[in-house]
Amino acid sequence: MQKDIKNDTLLELKDYSISFRTPEGEVKAVSNMNLTVKRGERIAIVGESGSGKSQTFLGIMGLLAKNGRTSGQALLEGRDVLALKPRELDHVRGKDMAMVFQDPMTALNPSLKISRQLTEQLEVHRGFTARAASNEALDMLKRVGIPDPSRRFNLYPHELSGGMRQRIVIAMALLTKPKLLIADEPTTALDVTIQAQILDLFNDLTAEMNTALVMITHDLGVVAGLADRVAVMYAGRIVEEAPVDELFENPAHPYTAALHASIPRPDQDVDQLAVIPGRPPNLQHLPKGCSFSPRCPLVQNDCIDAAPRLDVQAPRHLAACFHAFPRLEEVLTNG
Amino acid sequence: MAERSLLRVENLTTQFDVPSKGFFKPPLTLTAVNNVSFDLSEGRTLGIVGESGCGKSTLGRSILRLLKAQKGRILWQGRNLLDLSDEEMRAARRDMQIIFQDPIASLDPRMTVGDIIAEPLTVFEPKLNRAQRAERVQEIMAAVGLVPEMINRYPHEFSGGQAQRIGIARAVITRPKLIICDEPVSALDVSIQGQVITLLRKLRKEFGLTLIFISHDLSVVRLISDDVLVLYLGKVVEAGDCATVFDKPAHPYTQALFSAAPIPDPKLARGRQRIRLQGDPPSPLNPPKGCVFSPRCWKATDICRTEMPLSEEVRPGQTAACYHIER
Amino acid sequence: MILNPAKRELLAAELLEAEGLSPVSRSLTRDALRRLCRNKAAVASIIVLTLLVLVAFIGPYLIPFGYEDPDWAAFRSPPSFADGHYFGTDPNGRDLLARVLYGTRVSLAVALTATLVSVVIGVLYGAISGYMGGRVDAVMMRFVDIMYAFPYILFVILLMVIFGRNVYLLFAAIGALEWLTMARIVRGQTLSLKQREFIEAARASGQKPLKIITRHIIPNLVGPVVIFAALTVPEIIATESFLSYLGFGVQEPLTSLGTLISEGTDAMESMPWLLVFPAGFLVALLLSLLFIGDGLRDAFDPRDR
Repeated sequence: MQKDIKNDTLLELKDYSISFRTPEGEVKAVSNMNLTVKRGERIAIVGESGSGKSQTFLGIMGLLAKNGRTSGQALLEGRDVLALKPRELDHVRGKDMAMVFQDPMTALNPSLKISRQLTEQLEVHRGFTARAASNEALDMLKRVGIPDPSRRFNLYPHELSGGMRQRIVIAMALLTKPKLLIADEPTTALDVTIQAQILDLFNDLTAEMNTALVMITHDLGVVAGLADRVAVMYAGRIVEEAPVDELFENPAHPYTAALHASIPRPDQDVDQLAVIPGRPPNLQHLPKGCSFSPRCPLVQNDCIDAAPRLDVQAPRHLAACFHAFPRLEEVLTNG
Repeated sequence: MAERSLLRVENLTTQFDVPSKGFFKPPLTLTAVNNVSFDLSEGRTLGIVGESGCGKSTLGRSILRLLKAQKGRILWQGRNLLDLSDEEMRAARRDMQIIFQDPIASLDPRMTVGDIIAEPLTVFEPKLNRAQRAERVQEIMAAVGLVPEMINRYPHEFSGGQAQRIGIARAVITRPKLIICDEPVSALDVSIQGQVITLLRKLRKEFGLTLIFISHDLSVVRLISDDVLVLYLGKVVEAGDCATVFDKPAHPYTQALFSAAPIPDPKLARGRQRIRLQGDPPSPLNPPKGCVFSPRCWKATDICRTEMPLSEEVRPGQTAACYHIER
Repeated sequence: MILNPAKRELLAAELLEAEGLSPVSRSLTRDALRRLCRNKAAVASIIVLTLLVLVAFIGPYLIPFGYEDPDWAAFRSPPSFADGHYFGTDPNGRDLLARVLYGTRVSLAVALTATLVSVVIGVLYGAISGYMGGRVDAVMMRFVDIMYAFPYILFVILLMVIFGRNVYLLFAAIGALEWLTMARIVRGQTLSLKQREFIEAARASGQKPLKIITRHIIPNLVGPVVIFAALTVPEIIATESFLSYLGFGVQEPLTSLGTLISEGTDAMESMPWLLVFPAGFLVALLLSLLFIGDGLRDAFDPRDR
């Protein structure tokens, strides 16, 4: 355990899998995932429906649905959180790891005042007195940019706008000074200008507190503005992992390349938009080989026969593909 | 060069009565669309952007008279839609259709896909017999990329992207002139969004459609629109040719909006000069005095807070309503 | 580097098939019926109810005794296999089994007719009121509210007194009052349906209001209407039984379960079988209908979708 305190690895997922028992059989939402998150690092997890990006972290937080099972290891500072008992996990969850969701009402109790919900965190997890907790909470509200915090302190969640609520949820998450903050599509439901404010908040606060940030999103624009490193998920696996500049300039996996080529931009006119045919994968009926093969513009024989592993394709750049680094012309289909 | 004006909206205002909090207080008036005017030529696509509460959806529905506007005129092919009787309006709907944001909610769960798509035909071409209708439906299904054999399936059996195609099929089956697309791709996965946008572009060309594309997603609006209208709290703050407005925004709100839009390019994103707006958009129930944007505007001066600026030309093809236009 | 488009298309086709497009189209009603069949209590109740109905309608032809013929040989006799009176006889010597079966028939007829009347009137009234909204809705609903305020039983009794104890009047009276609740429910459902996007889409397609009501609103009311109807039937039977018990229901020689129970209660101490059998039938009927109604409600529950 000593060496983990010295080294800067915060979270390590080893051979991590999640499966759900459904009436139609067992569904693997996440398959044998390996991922490392360093202290203070900002990593974006990109994917669409069925990619498993949310379930991965819900599993670590112990928030999976009743029919979900995890396997493998999720080591937070060397301790496997998957092996913890519920009470121990509660403690870790409040203190070291925190999660923010797309809908702030997931974390807010509509019948309690904001003040109560904020101070509760501090009193329970960090043993503050009521007065100290109030002060700290007000301070945090200021830091998350809530105007006139002392007045808003005594309001109920429904009396605040969506953007405000999200800020309060972030405040709640950061109050206990967690080492890891997981944000699951936190701005998808917000307006563009509010989204920008909230993303700035994530940026500034996590830098200030040296909190590692895992940003789960489907929006490549958000990724570009916030992340240091990116992991792209498809059908429950990581298909590409690279530093952010690398990923955008030189995508190794055809899915990443196609995704990048298929989204329009606000700052440029795009004449040829790539189209990814087909639909997001059905986890109950995945192909034998590469799970992206039915939709891949570059599919070959070997892709259908065997599933590629996540391998190093270039320095610090991993991808699960037998034909990594496609050329852009190969990726664009008729638009 | 002068294209025919297909739709001309003049000073359109749509208001709602909202019950007020007190027991004896009279209801409040919510002005969702405030004095909006624009001119749309045949074959052009007008994008309408804005954030929540700006009134873009209400505007779309007001144009189609799905909501009743209180003031202004909607000149469609020379006639004011607001003057038409219910019967005349129903007849006019043949040429103006709408595509909704939530694809599955816009389909009657108890009807088959074939019946859903055929409904406009039963209204506007009642002389067709069952076989003829089925043929038309299958033809249009093929055009939107749906397998014609699925004609007897029910909406809940389809994915979001396919359901949206059904909605599109229903909207184009009578070959309308104008289609209002109300956030048609916002509820879809990213890779499916591209498919649907591509489909819309294809149909636009094939059928010579004029589109009004309402969205909060600037990238998509830029991609598909020729002209753009920027709304804030029910008012048009900027309007003009798409490329011009996007590249050289004149109104502070437009500048802030574009500055906030995420760009999928890390180097550009880092180097950006970002305009950081403070606070939340105000409630349409309690609009600010003077310019609607003044409370959050960094350029606001006294006159901004007293009187709403009128729209003026910034350069050919671009207008903005601001006292401090940046040229 | 050989591309394999054929193999890829095959794969894509396979996956598309697997993606849940079943060979047989599944309408929502079929889904609901499937769920209903999984509900054991409901299925058992359907079986019991079917048996009761069959027995009530076919039974009388199989029994040697009529429901109104006195058997001079057996007055007030308890149930026995020997003399063929399986349920015994009443003070007039009439075979109880035959009377119970006949009574069940009458009770069911009343209930079904009244339910049908209430459904037809209630659905149309509620749907039109709800869809039209505004003043029309306000007026229509005030009327319903006023009717609701009427003391129901007194009203029926009043009708009985004025027009005599006519069985058809009984059907009509009960039906005329049950539709009120159905109208309210339908109106509420219509109000929420009106907000849904597919109704807006129908308007945008130029569809006329009446057509929207009949093509879109009413079919989407099936769930709540069927459930409420299924739960109304037992209520009507109970009401009819109650009225008959009070002496306001069907007249002699016609009989209903309620009348039989009324007679049975009078003679409870000396001839318990006169109460036990009709009551047993009534309870079986009511319970099975209630379970079916409950099962239908669960089956149509939108949460499951």
